[in-house]
Amino acid sequence: MTDILIVGVGGQGTLLASRVLGNLALSLGYDVKLSEVHGMAQRGGSVVTHIRFGDTVLSPVIDKGGADIILAFEKLEALRWSGYLKKGGKMFVSTQEILPMPVITGAEEYPRDIAERIKAAAPDVVFVDALSLARKAGDIRTLNTVLIGALARRTDIEKKAFIEAVKATVPKRAIETNIAAFELGYNL
Amino acid sequence: MRELMLGNAAFARGAYEAGVTVATAYPGTPSTEITENIAKYDCVYAEWSPNEKVALEVALGASVAGARALCCMKHVGLNVAADPLFTAAYTGINGGLVIIVADDPGMHSSQNEQDSRLYALSAHLPMLEPADSAEAKEFVLRAYELSEQYDTPVIVRTNTRLSHSQGLVETAPRRDIALKPYVKDIQKYVMMPGMARKRRIVLEKRMREMETAADAIDINRINMKGAGIGVITSGVVYNYVREALPEASVLKLGLIHPLPEKLIKKFARRVDKLYVAEELEPFIERKIKEMGVPVTGKQIFPPWGEYSVNMIAEKIGGVKRDEYDFGALPQRPPVMCAGCPHRAVFYTIKKLGLTAAGDIGCYTLGALPPHTGIDTCVCMGASIGMAMGMEKARGEDFTRKLVAVIGDSTFFHSGLTGLTDMVYNGSRCTVIIVDNATTGMTGHQNHPATGKNLKGDIAYAIDIERLARALGVKHVRTVDPFDLKALENTLKEETARDELSVVIARRPCALLDKKTKLPQFVITDACKQCGVCLKLGCPAIKKTPRGITIDKAVCTGCALCENVCAFGAIETAEN
Repeated sequence: MTDILIVGVGGQGTLLASRVLGNLALSLGYDVKLSEVHGMAQRGGSVVTHIRFGDTVLSPVIDKGGADIILAFEKLEALRWSGYLKKGGKMFVSTQEILPMPVITGAEEYPRDIAERIKAAAPDVVFVDALSLARKAGDIRTLNTVLIGALARRTDIEKKAFIEAVKATVPKRAIETNIAAFELGYNL
Repeated sequence: MRELMLGNAAFARGAYEAGVTVATAYPGTPSTEITENIAKYDCVYAEWSPNEKVALEVALGASVAGARALCCMKHVGLNVAADPLFTAAYTGINGGLVIIVADDPGMHSSQNEQDSRLYALSAHLPMLEPADSAEAKEFVLRAYELSEQYDTPVIVRTNTRLSHSQGLVETAPRRDIALKPYVKDIQKYVMMPGMARKRRIVLEKRMREMETAADAIDINRINMKGAGIGVITSGVVYNYVREALPEASVLKLGLIHPLPEKLIKKFARRVDKLYVAEELEPFIERKIKEMGVPVTGKQIFPPWGEYSVNMIAEKIGGVKRDEYDFGALPQRPPVMCAGCPHRAVFYTIKKLGLTAAGDIGCYTLGALPPHTGIDTCVCMGASIGMAMGMEKARGEDFTRKLVAVIGDSTFFHSGLTGLTDMVYNGSRCTVIIVDNATTGMTGHQNHPATGKNLKGDIAYAIDIERLARALGVKHVRTVDPFDLKALENTLKEETARDELSVVIARRPCALLDKKTKLPQFVITDACKQCGVCLKLGCPAIKKTPRGITIDKAVCTGCALCENVCAFGAIETAEN
C-alpha cells in the first residue's frame, strides 16, 4: 500500500496532480482511491488530496501518521499537514509562500522557521523551488508537475510510467510544457 | 470497462445505466457533480431546478408519468424538499424514483450536520447507503429495482467522503427501460384525507414487507472473522472498520432503513462484544437497543464530525497512534477571490456600519475578517426573512442601518417568498441582491437568470429588476459594485428611504469572467503604508517586510484598491 498526501492552497492545481498519480497507479494495475476537496474550502483555503494505491484499498483517506509521501505545494501547508507523515516518510515541499488572510491583515504572522520545523517532523524532506522551475518550463501552472518529477526520481516506479501518466492526464496542448516541467523536477 | 470514478460520477453512471430519463437538482456541495455528470448524457433530460422542492416535484411528476427519475440534493436541500417527500411516500411511484441525498459530516461545506437517515425514518422511506464508488453505481441500480418492486421512492444516502472520493467502477451498457403507461388513479395520486388515510395503511404494510425482506437482501452481509469483536456499520465508515480491525467480524448494512432485525440478532449472538460504528446520530444503535440487544456506540464515539481509521482503531481496538504535535499555526480560511465583485459590497457595508442579515453562498465569506460584513447566516433565503424579523422587532431607526444580502441564485431558490412577505406586510428594509451571474460557491452552475440551462443551451433569462417590481417593490436600482462611489451612495440613499427597496449589485464572478482583461495595478513610491488597502482582504495585496505590494500573478485589475487609496499610490501597471 502506498499513501500519498498532496497539500496546498485552493487554486494551486493539487487536484490535477492527484489525478496524474491516480492514473499512474491505475496503469500499474493497482486498486486506487483518491479523496478530494470541493466547495467552500477551494476558495483559497487549505486543501488536501489523498491518494492510496495497493492490492486492495479500503479507506479513501489517509490518517495522521499514515502517509508514505507528502507533496506540498506551499510551505505553511507543508508544516500544517506534516503530522500526517508516517515515521520515515518522504516530503517534497515547494518553497513558495502564499500568505493566508489572517497574515495579510496582520492578525497573525507567517512563521519564519517552517523549514526547521518540517525537518524536525520529516528528516527526509526535499525543498524544491517549484515555482521558478515551472516558470522555466514555460508556465507557472506546471508547478504540480515539477513536484511530481521530484517525487518520481525518488521512487522505485519507472520514469516512463510517470511520463505516460502526465501525458494521459494534462490537457493535450499542455503536454509539452508539462513534460519539460517534469524533467526539471526529476533532474533537480 | 473499469474506470476511476468520483463517487458522484458513479451515482450518475448508475442512474444512466438504470435507464433514467429525467434528472433534477439544485446545486449543493457535496452533491452537485451527480447532476453535472448525468447532464452529459444526451438521452437524459436534466435540469437545475430553482430549489430542491421544485426538483423533487418535477422528478415525482416524471415518475408518475411513467419514467425512471432521479433527484439529487445535499442534506439541507432535503429540508426544502421535505414537503413533497413525505407525501410522495404515500402516493408511491409509477416509474422508479430515486432521491440521492448527500450528508456532510464534519461540515466541510455546510451550515449544519443533520443526519438524513432520520428523514427516511419519519417519512417511512427505504434508504440505501453505499461505501465506495463501485457500490455507488450498483446501489443506484438496486434502488430503482426496489422502488418499482415496492412502489415507493427510495433514498440513497451519500456523504462528502464518498461523493468526493474516486474509486474503480465497472461500467455496463444502459438498460433499455420502456416508459410505463400513464394511468389516471386519483386514489393513489390525489392525497386528500379520504384517499390519504387508505394510503397511510399501504405505506405501513409496505415498510413491514421491506423489513422482512431486509433480513435476506444481499446488500446486508455478514463477514465473520473472530467471535470476539463484532461491528455493525455502513457506508464509508465500513472501510475504516475493515482497515482498522482486520480481525473483527462485520455486519455491513447496505439497506439502512428499514433495518434487518433477524440478521442483526443473529450477528449479535455470534460475537462476544457488539459495536456500532456510525457517523452522526445513533440511528442504527437506537434501533438495535429497541430490539433488546446490548451494543456499544455513542458511549465511545462522538455524535459529530467524521470518523477515521485511527479513531476506530483507538475506540474499539484500543490502539492509539502517536500523533506529532507541531504547535499552533496561522489558519488559512477560505477567502473571496481577487477581483470578486462581492468584496466591494462588504467593504461598503462595513464602512456604512450596516447590520446585514446574510445568506448562503460565496458571499457568506463576507462575515470573516477583515470585512465582518455579515451578521447572520442560517439557510437559503433566510437573509430576507430574518431582516424582516429584525425590523419588526427593533423598529424604524434600527432598520435605517439594516440590509439583507442575498445572491442571485439563492434569491431564486428561496428569496422570492421572503421578498413577497416584505412587500405584503410592509417593510422599509433594503435588500441587496449580489448578482454575479452564476451559482458561485458550488462551482458555477446556471440558474433562472443566467440565460442558459444545465445542458448549456440558451434559456429564457428572468429579469430580476422586473421581477422585483412585479412583486411590488417600487425602488429597484442596479449598480456596478466596482463603481465604489455609486455603490456607497445607492446604499446610503436606499437605507435612508422609508420604503422597501432592492439594490442589485451586478458584476459577473471573477472566475467566470476570463475575457475581460483589465490592466493590473502596482503600488508606487507615494505609498504611506497606511494599510487601508489591506482592509479589502484581497489575496493579491500583501504586506511584506519591504512594504505593501500587489501580486501580479493574482491581481485581476478590479481597481478597488485604487479607489480606496487616499494617497493616489495605486496605479495601473501601464502608467
